[in-house]
Amino acid sequence: MMRLELVKRPQRSMLFSALSPFIAFGLTMIAGAILFALLGVNPLNAFEIYFIEPISQVWQLHELAIKAAPLILIAVGLSVCYKANIWNIGAEGQFILGGIFGSAIPVLFPGFEGPLVLPLMLLFGMVGGAAYAAIPALLKTRFGTNEILTSLMLVYVAQLFLDWLVRGPWRDPQGHGFPQTIQFNDSAVLPELMPDAGRANWGFVFALVAAVLIWVLMSRLLKGFEVRVLGSSPRAGRFAGFGLNRMVFFAFLLSGALAGLAGISEVSGAIGQLQPVISPGYGFTAIIVAFLGRLNPLGIVAAGLVLALTYLGGEAVQSALGISDKVARVFQGMLLFFVLGCDTLIHYRIRLVGMALAKGAAKLDAAPKLKEAR
Amino acid sequence: MDITVNILLTIATAATPLLIAAIGELVVERSGVLNLGVEGMMIMGAVGGFGAGYLTGSPWIGLLAAIAMGAVFSLLFAVMTLSLATNQVATGLSLTLLGLGLSGMMGTSFVGQPGERLPNLYIPVLTDIPVVGRLLFGQDPIFYISIALTAAVMWFLFKTRTGLTLRSIGDSHTSAHALGIKVIRYRYLAVIFGGACAGLAGGHLSLVYTPQWVENMTAGRGWIALALVVFASWRPWRVLAGAYIFGAVWIGQLHAQAFGIPVPSQLLSSLPYLATVVVLVLISRNKRLTMMNTPASLGQPFVPDR
Repeated sequence: MMRLELVKRPQRSMLFSALSPFIAFGLTMIAGAILFALLGVNPLNAFEIYFIEPISQVWQLHELAIKAAPLILIAVGLSVCYKANIWNIGAEGQFILGGIFGSAIPVLFPGFEGPLVLPLMLLFGMVGGAAYAAIPALLKTRFGTNEILTSLMLVYVAQLFLDWLVRGPWRDPQGHGFPQTIQFNDSAVLPELMPDAGRANWGFVFALVAAVLIWVLMSRLLKGFEVRVLGSSPRAGRFAGFGLNRMVFFAFLLSGALAGLAGISEVSGAIGQLQPVISPGYGFTAIIVAFLGRLNPLGIVAAGLVLALTYLGGEAVQSALGISDKVARVFQGMLLFFVLGCDTLIHYRIRLVGMALAKGAAKLDAAPKLKEAR
Repeated sequence: MDITVNILLTIATAATPLLIAAIGELVVERSGVLNLGVEGMMIMGAVGGFGAGYLTGSPWIGLLAAIAMGAVFSLLFAVMTLSLATNQVATGLSLTLLGLGLSGMMGTSFVGQPGERLPNLYIPVLTDIPVVGRLLFGQDPIFYISIALTAAVMWFLFKTRTGLTLRSIGDSHTSAHALGIKVIRYRYLAVIFGGACAGLAGGHLSLVYTPQWVENMTAGRGWIALALVVFASWRPWRVLAGAYIFGAVWIGQLHAQAFGIPVPSQLLSSLPYLATVVVLVLISRNKRLTMMNTPASLGQPFVPDR
């Protein structure tokens, strides 16, 4: 009988801090190989289709950027929440509300054109996401209601609200009864960066800018320090005069606004109209992105690209090998598991001991302690 | 009269999975561990239960498979949070995400297949008594398990020495450890029990409630179960009451949709989720009640010093 024992390191290990995402990725690959083998597919062949072919041409890199943009935007916002020990897990709902608020302009005023349309839409999207995130923040600060559960419940409500809009009041009358809004007019569509090369749009630029801004906020500004202090020790934060309630609002509004921006960028850029479903779970996958990026905005950019690749790879193995594209979700889940597990190595050494040996070891350990005591 | 009985029966069917999952999570949280993976363990139970029932033709084997699936899946969470001391919130979330993905993959070939349904209890004479007969003696087997489970957990937590130990670990793992109690071992068992319950709850969905496999068929029930535990302020009998209130909300909105009430069906469908938010707000307004009942070391990782 073997047992794991954790031994606290005197200080956090810089080595494992840097290595753990890579170890986690390696372990995911091994687990993935086993998974593919169980499905009766040659793992090497599957890996090539999953991880290499989807990014072997320029237009495919553009698809990667399209998928990565919302993940990065949402995840940098969430990283601020999680650093502050505030658990917003309803980004999916804030993403949807951002999409709805921003779309209100082209859907309700289809004749409104010009250079003002897009900025207004993006602003509305951010407001929508932030307003929706304000609900769990308000409930937490006013009544002490658990934000994990309320923010998550609101995701289901948002999905149903969008469903109602596109089947009811916002349905395109000329759409042959399909549940979707009108196609946005040209000035309401987020332009592509390099139309000749691929479909990637300005959403990816927003994501990179957001990552840099949040990085500055967290590492260079007082507010970022406040986030970290309140997250690691709320008591110390209170003594320093940092308000926990204000922080809850700050973190929720910021992450909600970024999720909302991601939502409207996706709708006006990649889709061009509202549909019953506008997200393949970006709001949840972004949670994985945030952790894989070690809650560091620059790490999140890299992690966002990796997770975007899991989406593309999932689609690729589905069409090439006939495996369910749910395999993407499995890869994402495993990745998060391994990241969390590897993070333990930063603070602890792991010792494997046999049960019988452990007792002997305990005795041995006790001896030097006695000496110290004397 | 028949309509009333039928409605009461459907409420019981809707409440049962919530009750079982919440009772399991209650034991886990009483031991001081917060497992947010209920939704994931539940959906794994649902797919495992359906699959085993479908492949063997026996819903009873399906039932056992659902329980085993939930328990094995929860072991993953236990190893991570208890042996490796990872963040419980993040680990629970990843368990849910992994469960939703894995179940979708495992269930691809089950979509659209007719499943096996656990038969309802039938005792001659007793079940035929008008009105109460079917309510008391004519329901599905998991309903009876859920009631027995609630009673057993109540007895275990508040009437046995082991239950007292478990609660003491939830309130202060350091004190419990200092007294020589095997904190980690207790927690492992609690988490696995919670996983088995969540699996059973999922099995109820795919073997009784709607005997078929649909992706994401748990539809947030795991999360509602988590909310129920908070709502019940960690007391089993209040979980029972809460589960039946939510069962009634769930069935009520379905009936309202069927009657064609002039309200968008999406609004009605969102009622259970909105009700959860409202209920959480109402219960958390009473700060003293919450403070008094919340296990004090809930969600904190524990590494025994040796």
